[in-house]
Amino acid sequence: MSLKYMIPASKFKRYLPKDYVELVDYGPFGKDYSEVGVKNMGTFKELVEEHPMCSGCWMAYYIKIIFAALPNPENTVTIGTAGCGRLAISQAAVPFVYGNYGDQNAMASGMTRAFRLRFPDIQKDVITIAGDGGMMDIGFSMTMHAWFRREKFTTIMLDNETYGNTGGQESGMSMEGAVLKMSPKGKNFGKLPAMQLAITAGCVYVVKMSPTNINKSAKAIRRAIFAARKLGPTFIHVYTSCNIEYSIPTPDVFKDAKEMEKGRFAFEEFMTPEAKELFAIVESKKKREVS
Amino acid sequence: MSLNKKLVDMDYLLNEAPREKHFITGAQAMSEAVKRASVDMAIAYPITPQSEVMHLVGDIYAQGHIKEYYRAEEELGTMSAIAGAARAGVRLFTATSGPGLLRGLEAIVSWPGHRVPCVLGVLTRVINAPLSIQPDNIEMAYLMHSGIIMLHAENQQDTFDMTLAAFAITEKVDVYIPVSVSTEGFFVTHAKGYVEMMSEELAFTENDPYHAPVPAMDNEVPPARIQRDAPVQKSNFMSYLIHSVWQQEIWDSNRRAMKYIYQYLGGPIEVQNPGSDVMLVASGCAAAQAREANRYAQEEGLSVGFVKVRSIRPWPKDEIRAALKGSKAIIVPEHNIIGWLCKEVQASIPNSGDVIEGPRVYGGMTLPVELIMTEIYDALGMKSETLQA
Repeated sequence: MSLKYMIPASKFKRYLPKDYVELVDYGPFGKDYSEVGVKNMGTFKELVEEHPMCSGCWMAYYIKIIFAALPNPENTVTIGTAGCGRLAISQAAVPFVYGNYGDQNAMASGMTRAFRLRFPDIQKDVITIAGDGGMMDIGFSMTMHAWFRREKFTTIMLDNETYGNTGGQESGMSMEGAVLKMSPKGKNFGKLPAMQLAITAGCVYVVKMSPTNINKSAKAIRRAIFAARKLGPTFIHVYTSCNIEYSIPTPDVFKDAKEMEKGRFAFEEFMTPEAKELFAIVESKKKREVS
Repeated sequence: MSLNKKLVDMDYLLNEAPREKHFITGAQAMSEAVKRASVDMAIAYPITPQSEVMHLVGDIYAQGHIKEYYRAEEELGTMSAIAGAARAGVRLFTATSGPGLLRGLEAIVSWPGHRVPCVLGVLTRVINAPLSIQPDNIEMAYLMHSGIIMLHAENQQDTFDMTLAAFAITEKVDVYIPVSVSTEGFFVTHAKGYVEMMSEELAFTENDPYHAPVPAMDNEVPPARIQRDAPVQKSNFMSYLIHSVWQQEIWDSNRRAMKYIYQYLGGPIEVQNPGSDVMLVASGCAAAQAREANRYAQEEGLSVGFVKVRSIRPWPKDEIRAALKGSKAIIVPEHNIIGWLCKEVQASIPNSGDVIEGPRVYGGMTLPVELIMTEIYDALGMKSETLQA
């Protein structure tokens, strides 16, 4: 159990950075989810605090939910790629690998298998978190093949329907007709059917949603992680608007997310019968699930 | 490992363990080295017919010599997965060739900076058009500026020894960057040669990620707001500074590998008759032909010497300068059109004008010894007997 590595000797503690000591004392490591989960955000030391995202960034908000929802943060590694998301993800108190362009699911394949070799008795959760460009355009082949190979990790796509970090270019997940950089006359094809692709490729648990409800969002994240441990690849396709490129006034970001929830990001959840069975067992337990 | 091997250190394995002579291909030699290296995980992608190394590595995985193995989707996926697995602290091997190397290059050039210890086999193949599956080592030029350590094998025996040594070098605390072992496709990979090998009951000591200079990302170290990897770069002076010192350290690590190349492989170059009037400098398969040309020249009583370059990176500048001191002409036979070795030699000596650019063959052509002899006769002001009829 890696918790022992993070708890400093009492006499040494005063010499450690305040941020670290607070993470050990008041952070979520090794604590029961009922004490520290998304329901209690604001009452414990969160894994993501400061970040450089834009004012009103819906993606930053969702990333905070991801980290607050982790079932086992002391044994989690995240992998990302170029994009806005990694600017916040890399600020979390969870190891983060910044790979090359779009290769997050290939890296996660190697890492998940290597963890199983080194720690056959410890569950290490690997989660890839990348944008629509990283996941469905440049990383498409590696995303799909990791699923076909039934790699046991969770993939989360932060879909803002554009290349936000590079200045708002058309992505495969932009809407048909959207006028963006590189689609000056409007995009001439629709969004890639990410959810259907994930199901076809063999993901055992797939969710599409606009994360307007914190508990519902956390439940999907946790289900995806639990199913990935035992059964196979899992995928969350989540709407995280880019209020800059789509000119959404900051006070209206939540309203926009609510509207998306009624439209193309209406909640959809797919699970295999095995996943359903697993969730019934896991969710019936009151105590914090460690493995 | 389930096969109850006797684990020994690399000094014993390479330099002391009794060996027996086998007659095997270069591809077999590479996989036989992998068999004795206690590899945790190998990731494969086809690049036949150039290299069957990763098929053979699949076989030794099935036999239990390797713990984990899979076929990835393509080379960028392969090389990225290697990078991911390395972060988790396991010993890794993969091999590729020509176009596959270039396809994976984006990931490969990031390995040194990410402190990914692994061994990469490069079984050379044409990369430029017209498309060809034939041997030509131009792809090595693209690796030369990546920071990766580059060994170049002349024959099947070199392929075996260098691949084994590479596993020790890549994990050294003062190195900890990837090591590539290149050799010519077909000429070495598909041809059989004598290889002295130690028993397969022996294997290199297993990887210990807790002794690594860069911790594995396994949360077995404190998960504070620190990154194991180079920080994500931002546009400010501190970022520029971090990047520059980081890369300086990578290239210093590359240079620090030199002492281990001496320790395990007898040094970065092999020299015969240093300072002769004419010196032949070659690496890889071309070294075999240069060696033969040198033998002819000795029989004819000519003042000719021979330098085989085993290590392309780190580049043995001092050793090469010393070996070429006093010579009047330097001939650099190569299996590529651009002459990357020739340029390195020219840049290493004060009298670069004495370097004869060639002979070079490419696109799969063989390198006849006569081609090198002609250059020797020309350099010595003699008439070429072989080409006169």
